[in-house]
Order: sequence, then C-alpha cells, then structure tokens
Amino acid sequence: MSTLAHRRRARGDGQEGLAGLLLSPTLLLLALVVGFPLVLSVRQSLFQGGDEIDPTTGIIQQGDTFVGLQNYLDAFTSSGAGAGFWNAFWNTTLFTVVGVAIETVLGVAMALIMARALRATGLIRASILVPWAIPTVVSALMWQLIFDANGIANEIIGQQILWTTEGLQAKAAVLIADIWKTAPYIGLLTLAGLQTIDEQVYEAAKVDGANRWQTFWRITLPLVRPVLMVAVLFRLLDAMRMFDLPYVLLGRLRSGQTLSMLAADAASKTDFGMASAYAVVLFLYICLVAVIFVRGLGADVIGDADGRARRARPRRLRTTAEGDLP
Amino acid sequence: MTRSLPLTTRRSALAVGGLAAAAAGLAACSSGGDSGSSDGGGTSIDLEERGPITLARGKDTTGALADFLSRWNDDHPDEQVTLIELPESADDQRSQFISNAQAKSDSYTVLGLDVVWTAEFAANQWVVALPEDTFDLDALIPATVTTGTYFDKLYAVPFTTNAQLLFSRKDLLEEAGYDQPPATFEEMWEIVAKVQEKHPEINGFGSQYAKYEGLTCQLTDVVASAGGEIFDAEGAPHADSAEATTALQTLRDGFDQGHIPQEALTYKEEESRQAFQDGKLIFLQNWPYVWDHFQNDDGSSQVVDKVQVSLVPAVAGEGTSTIGGANYAISAFAKNKGTAVDFIAFMTALEQQKAWMIETATPTATAAVYEDAEVAKTFEFLDTLKSAIDKGVSRPQVVKYGDVTQAIQEAAYSCISGEAEAADALAQLQEQLTGLVES
Amino acid sequence: MSTTTTSPRDQVPVGADRASAARRGRRLGAIVVGIGMALILVYCLAPFVWMLISSLRRPSDGRSTALIPWPISVENYRAVFDPANHFGRALGNSLVVAGGTTVLVLLLATLGAYALARLSFRGKVLVMFLVVATSMFPVIILVVPLLKLFTGGFDWWPWSWINTYQAMILPSISFALPLAVWNLNAFFRQLPVELEQAAMVDGTTRFGAFVRVILPLAAPGMFTTAIITFIAAWNEFLIALTMVNRPEMQTANVAISKFTGISQFDTPYGTKMAAGVIVTVPLIIMVLAFQRRIIGGLAAGSVK
Repeated sequence: MSTLAHRRRARGDGQEGLAGLLLSPTLLLLALVVGFPLVLSVRQSLFQGGDEIDPTTGIIQQGDTFVGLQNYLDAFTSSGAGAGFWNAFWNTTLFTVVGVAIETVLGVAMALIMARALRATGLIRASILVPWAIPTVVSALMWQLIFDANGIANEIIGQQILWTTEGLQAKAAVLIADIWKTAPYIGLLTLAGLQTIDEQVYEAAKVDGANRWQTFWRITLPLVRPVLMVAVLFRLLDAMRMFDLPYVLLGRLRSGQTLSMLAADAASKTDFGMASAYAVVLFLYICLVAVIFVRGLGADVIGDADGRARRARPRRLRTTAEGDLP
Repeated sequence: MTRSLPLTTRRSALAVGGLAAAAAGLAACSSGGDSGSSDGGGTSIDLEERGPITLARGKDTTGALADFLSRWNDDHPDEQVTLIELPESADDQRSQFISNAQAKSDSYTVLGLDVVWTAEFAANQWVVALPEDTFDLDALIPATVTTGTYFDKLYAVPFTTNAQLLFSRKDLLEEAGYDQPPATFEEMWEIVAKVQEKHPEINGFGSQYAKYEGLTCQLTDVVASAGGEIFDAEGAPHADSAEATTALQTLRDGFDQGHIPQEALTYKEEESRQAFQDGKLIFLQNWPYVWDHFQNDDGSSQVVDKVQVSLVPAVAGEGTSTIGGANYAISAFAKNKGTAVDFIAFMTALEQQKAWMIETATPTATAAVYEDAEVAKTFEFLDTLKSAIDKGVSRPQVVKYGDVTQAIQEAAYSCISGEAEAADALAQLQEQLTGLVES
Repeated sequence: MSTTTTSPRDQVPVGADRASAARRGRRLGAIVVGIGMALILVYCLAPFVWMLISSLRRPSDGRSTALIPWPISVENYRAVFDPANHFGRALGNSLVVAGGTTVLVLLLATLGAYALARLSFRGKVLVMFLVVATSMFPVIILVVPLLKLFTGGFDWWPWSWINTYQAMILPSISFALPLAVWNLNAFFRQLPVELEQAAMVDGTTRFGAFVRVILPLAAPGMFTTAIITFIAAWNEFLIALTMVNRPEMQTANVAISKFTGISQFDTPYGTKMAAGVIVTVPLIIMVLAFQRRIIGGLAAGSVK
C-alpha cells in the first residue's frame, strides 16, 4: 500500500483527532512547566533591573526598564554585564563537540561489545549504569578529590598537574568527568537499539558473504541509526546546557565557564535581564545545532509526517524486515 | 506599626494586575508591584505581629541548634520556630534565598546570611531594617556589628564571626632557631628559606589562592595590612593604590620565589588544611576550625602538638584578617516579624552564644564569651583569636558584591598565577570597580 | 523477536571450511569481546571503587589517597543514617518521586510516541520540534518562575504546592518527556507497521494491536527509556531543593547536599561518598531486578 493511499484512508478514520488526544497531555505539561517560564524569560531579557541606589537610604530604585535588545548587544560585544560571553560560548562549543564525539564512539563501542557478551552480562549491565547513576552532587565531589593537586589522578600519572587552575588541563578535567558519566548513556540506548534489530537480518548478510566491517557499516549502523541519532541529539542538548560539573569542579575559572553558568551567575547577581538573555541565546544556539543535526545527519528521526517521500534507505530496511518476518 | 499596611496593599496590587503584572514580578523589582514600598527599609517593623516562624540556615551537626530551638519552643508555644535546613554550600544557600525573595515567598522568616550579603539584601529590600534598641549591640564585638549594618541601619544581627590565623610548625621553627612565628611576610620568607635548607621537600606557606571567595579574603587582608583598602568608608574604590600594589606584589613574590607552592593556586580551605596536616607546609593561614583536625591523635594528623597559632602575616605592621561568619536577618516577605525579632535576640544572647562556641568550635559575636573560663578551655588560642577578630576587616560592603568579588578574584588570580603584573591587574580592577559602583 | 545477546554468528550452520573459519573467528571474537568487557568494567567502575574506598575511611582521613582505607571504618555510613538526616525517609521520597515520574513519563510518552509513529496528522514535524525544544532551555532559569507558580504567585494557578510530591514530579516529568517521546518514537518506527496491520486484519483494534504486538517488541527500548528516566529523576537536585523545605519531604540528593561537618568549612567527604554508594547501589540492584522481570515477561508475551 502506498504511503499516500495509507494516509488518505487514515485521515478518514479520525487519526488527527486521536493524535491530538494522545499528544495533548504531553504538550500541556510541557507548556506549563517549560513553555510558560520560557515566555516569561524572553520577555525578561528585554528589561534591565533598576540599579540606581538612593544616596540617603542605600535602597535600590525599584522598577525594570525596557532596554530592547541591549542585553543581547552586551552579550555579543562581550561588554559590561555581558563580559565573558564569547569565552563561555567557545567553551560550550568545545565541551559539546569534543565531548559528544568521544562519548558517541565510546558508547557505540560499549554497546557492540555488550551485545556480543555471552557471560557476565548482568555484571556488565550493572556496571555500565554506575557512572550514570551516581548523583551529580556526589560525583562532582568525587572528581574534585580525584583531580586534587595531591589526588589520586596525579598519583597514578606520577606528576603533579594542577587540574583546577586556568588552562587546557581544566577543560580536560571537565571533559574526562563528563565523558565518563555520559558515554554509558549512549551505550545503553544503542544497546537497546541493537536488541531491536532482528537477527535474521544479520543472517541474511552472512549468507551474502558480508564481512564484519561491512555488516557493521551497512547493516548494524543504519538499523541502529534512528535510536543512536536520538541519543546523540539529546546528549548534544544536555552538553550544551552543561552546568553543575564545571561549576563544582572548577568554580569560577574562565576555562570551565559555559553559557548555562553565565546565565546562572547573572541570575545569582539578580541581573535577571542578562540571565534571561544568556538563556535565550543559548536556547537559539541549541535550536540551530539541533536543526542542523536533524536535517543533516539524522533526517529520518522525525519521520514521514510532512508527506515528503521517505529516504530510500529506511524503506529498503522496512521491506527487508517485512520479507524476513513470518 | 505602619509596616503591615503597605505590605497588604502591595499583595493586592499584584493580585489585581493579573498575568501581566505577575509576569513582570519575575524580576526583583517589577514596576507596578513594588511602588507601595518606596518608604524603603526606613520604617520600623510591626513587633506585634506574632506567630510561628521559620529559621533558614545551614545544618548543624552538633545538636546545639536543636537544643536552642526546643528551649525556645517550650517557652513560646504559640510562636514556634521551625528549622529549614539549607545546603552546606554558601552559594546554594544564597540562591535559595534569592529564589524565594524573587517569588516573594513567605517560607523563610529568619535568614542566616553570610556577612558579605548584607548590603545586597538590604538594598534590594529582601530583608527589613531591624529595631536596634531591641538587641544588645554593645555586647557584640564592634567589627561584627559593622558587617550587619548598611547605610547606618542595622539589617542583620551578628550571630557567629570568624577570623583567619597563622598556623606554624613549631617544631620546624625551633629546629631552625626561631622561637616566634613570623609577623610579616618578609620574616616568613626568611624562615621558610632557613627551614627548607634542611627540609627541601616541605613547602613554605599556604593559604586559599584558588579562584573563589577565599581569594577575595586573601587580597582584602593583605591590602589592609599594607595600609590600604579596596573600598573606603564612602564606598569609593582604591584598588590601584600603592599599598594595594605592594600587597599583591608580596603574594606574587611569594609564588615567584617558591615560598608559596604553585599548588596553592588550587587551595581552598580544605585543600590547604590537608596539606598542612600531612606535614607538607611550614605555614598555613586558615580559619580556626583546622585546629581540631591538627590535634586529632587518631593518626590522621602528622602535626599533633607541633602547631603554634598567631596573627596572620602582614605586608607591613600588623596582620589583619578578613571577618567571616553569619548574621541573622528577617525576610521582608515573611509573616510574624515581631516573633522573629525576639528570636534573633534570643539567639544572640550570651547564654546561647557561649554554648554555640563551645559546642561547634565556631567563634561567636558576643565579646563576653571570650572572657569566659569554660570557653577558654575549648580554645587554646582564645586571646589570639579575639584580637584577630577585633582587628578584623570587612570585605567590601557593596550592593553588587557578586560582581565586585569576581573582579577581585580575577585580578588577584591573574597576578599570582603569573598572567599579569600586579600594577596592571589592579589598574584594570580599579576600572571595573569604578564602573560597578557608579552604574 | 528476541532480546538475547547471543551472537548471530553462533547459529550459522554452513560448510566445514567455513565452520572452522567461523570457529577461529569466534575464538578471536570472544577474546576481543572479553578484553572489551574488561575495559568497560574498569572504565565504569574505577571511579566508583574510589568512591567506595573513600567512604570506608575514617571521617578524619577524608582526603587521604591511600589505596586501602586503613583503619577501615563504617563511621561514614553510620553518619549518613544519623536520625538528624532523615536519610531513610529521604530515600523513600526519592523512590516516590523517581518512580512516579517514570510511570507517568512512560505512559504519556507511549501515547505521544504512538501518535507520532503510527498516526498521520498535520504538523507532526512541528510537534516533534516543540517537544524537543523544551529540552533546550537551561533548567536553572526555570526555577524562579516555577517556584513562583507553585507558591501560588500567579492568579490563574490556584494551588500551593510547596512541600508536595507533585511539585517535584511535574517538573521532572517535563524534563524527561522530550527524550522519552523521541526515543519511543524511534523505537516504534523501527518496527514494521505491517505487524500491526496483520493483527488488525484478525479483528484486533488499532490500539489493541499496538499494545499486543508493538509494545512487547519495543521492550528493550521501553525499558531503557524507563531506566534513563528513573535515573534522571532520581538525580534531579535543583527543583527538589527549591520546592521543598520540610526535612520529611526532601529527596536523598537534597539530604546529601545538607551534610556538613562541625564548622562551615569542614567538608564531610567520607559521609558524602558513603551516601553516594548508598543511593547508587540499590538503584542498580533494582534496575537489574526489573530488567529480568519486565524484559523476561514482555518477551515471553511477544509474537515470536
């Protein structure tokens, strides 16, 4: 049955209404908890709090002033309250690109190994959850101890690296701690994706004489791709919002400052206009990256909803699977 | 008496304003919402307003606080105090206070504020001016009362205080032929050089030089002992004075000449405490809490009975420490402020102050406890501590403390880590500070 | 469909030559897998082991780097369960919040993902985007408006939710939903729609077919989504800290953040590490137990 015909028939039996019904709780909740505060923040980012101090009482003159895009301008020119924006922007980008790339490779490798493990599967599955499961309030402190000037990391490598001073080593410390925590996350999701692949697909490949490498590139990876892409996409979103790890590990070092930290910092100084502006800029930056990612790499994660023809590959996969199933 | 009225009007104004006004209220200072409070913190609070209240502060593990509260609650069945424990980290405590102030929540009544937050909380009217007559301020150490005062009004009553001290390795000093701890950095460098002749593996001096609040304390106290000040009494910055430059250069020299180890750039309180406790430092500047760790004879300390306490080293003249500690203030958005005032008076009364100091080994703000024989038994260096607090200097009391302290840390760190020269770093700091107090 | 982890290669019966080649390959493969597994174990567990070691030191040895905690001490564990910490209660609260969040997220996300994967309607791309866009805003900026909302600071919101489970669960759901919806959508779409159509031909309803055919097949994905949601909710800190100020309502993470030494600067490293072990180990045991039950159960009921 062609997709189009399927769709036409589907519209007829009230799919739109059903879809609305099924999706509305999710959308309502997201609108309340995220959407509403987000709208407030966008509005807030166009204002600056009063900072005129009354010379006799010392009280701050109350009242927000509408400043248009001034907060954004400050951020982009790294001037005034916006100082440090570009440093944080590049840190965020570095942590995201390097971190997520390494996590993805490690995570996929872990998943492939776990999928083939015959023994001790319980142990290995338990252990892969560990980095992910230790609460950040504890793991950040643990990494602090590990990266101490006289800590175990330096004892193991036999020289004293001052991890928590300004410089590349501070960025490395953040990356190590972050990759450690999140590679298992990608591994876990990819493993689930691998488990959903029908084994007969592999057998068919085997019969066709495909070697391991070919099997991986031509069969495994494309089949696991939708799931992997979702995992990587959400890792991107999380990495770009990275906050507590560099905050606890490096404190105020410029080397670890991310855009989320700038927003938090501005908020803690009650400069809510600036904090919101940072948050909105970060939001737009993440949107951009997400759109590029989804369009460029993982176009098939969204699906065929807009009526455009499906990419050739997934369709072929579908028929393969169909043909093999009883 | 008039205070409760504007508060009520303000609430109903918000209620009528609906979504738009409420949305504006996301900021501390919404244009419509706060117009009724232009009387500022000047008016006295309604002492008749009574009933249950809360105390929001960090946890106490000693049980002393629980004891105080149960005594208070037994005596005041209709004005019970409930403890709201906040996280251990001062930054987390601060963000909880600010979030609640933003939301105008009445959850917290009495706030345990760090001494450096007074100006900001007062200027934003998150805390109310307190009736000074109700508290026995004369009984408190004057340097501590200063930390709770803003524009000549009392906004927070000192509960605890603190001052840093110099901890020296008595055994090493004696071996090198010194019977007194050094009073100045210069003397200290001399002793370090002498001791290291025999013990090259032991580092010289350590204090808190990581880029965090502790570094602001360090710069504040060396500048003070050099005879300068970062802000004068009128609130004008003098970060680029000759004294300040000398002071910062002294620290830089310490690093350059190896008297302060490079790893001190990662030191916060606990890191530096551990290094000294492991016998890796000759001198340590830190808060008094380290003493009990050093004297712990369970094998965890390498310096039991080898430690001597004195005032912190000076650039010139006498060593001056930054004042630390916590004050009690009352949230502007809370109910039953009358009860809160009485409760703060209770907490800062001599009996509680003395018990707190003995139980928690944290210095309290009341002068008389330092004369007390029982207290003297728990603090071997009580006189030194008292004189350190008396001479203590406050960190800048400015509204934009968050920006100011970050600028100070940035400047100090860039100099001691060798990135910038003292004069340049301070000239830039001066420029930033001027911008911050002017805007 | 099976969820076993056996290598497909083990089941290929071919000619003798190929069989011996396969045996060699298998042995080599087994070695590679073995080494890989060992590496994964070290990677995942080494820092955890360090946490465990640190937790077994005496409190006064908090920052020690000795490989063997000696003298060994359980004092830190005792300190965690000091009555003043309400830690048992806090673990219970974490369980309620994380469990509640997981159940609701799975329910909502399954419904939503089903619509996205199997129904055709206008604006699907927009919905997908809106959902994921809510994961693009820094959580720290959401705290003040949410606090204001839950304290009744907005007129259109009639409830005061401070010190309630829902004040923690609702935000947690919102933070986990986007991933869950996208994830389940990806898993559902991976499964051929013809399976359901076959069942529907047999007279089963659309939803019945989905529940009986697709859900069991998507079990690994559902389960993994559940684990990730549960752990994310279990680890949530900022909202739980802000929305609750009564000790009997606080979650384990919040309780840990309040651990303190005698004085302000005295960080109780050992106690926090012990608490880390205490909250991590049961979590993992629980996940493993569930894994056997749920996956086993679902797989048994599947079509294959």
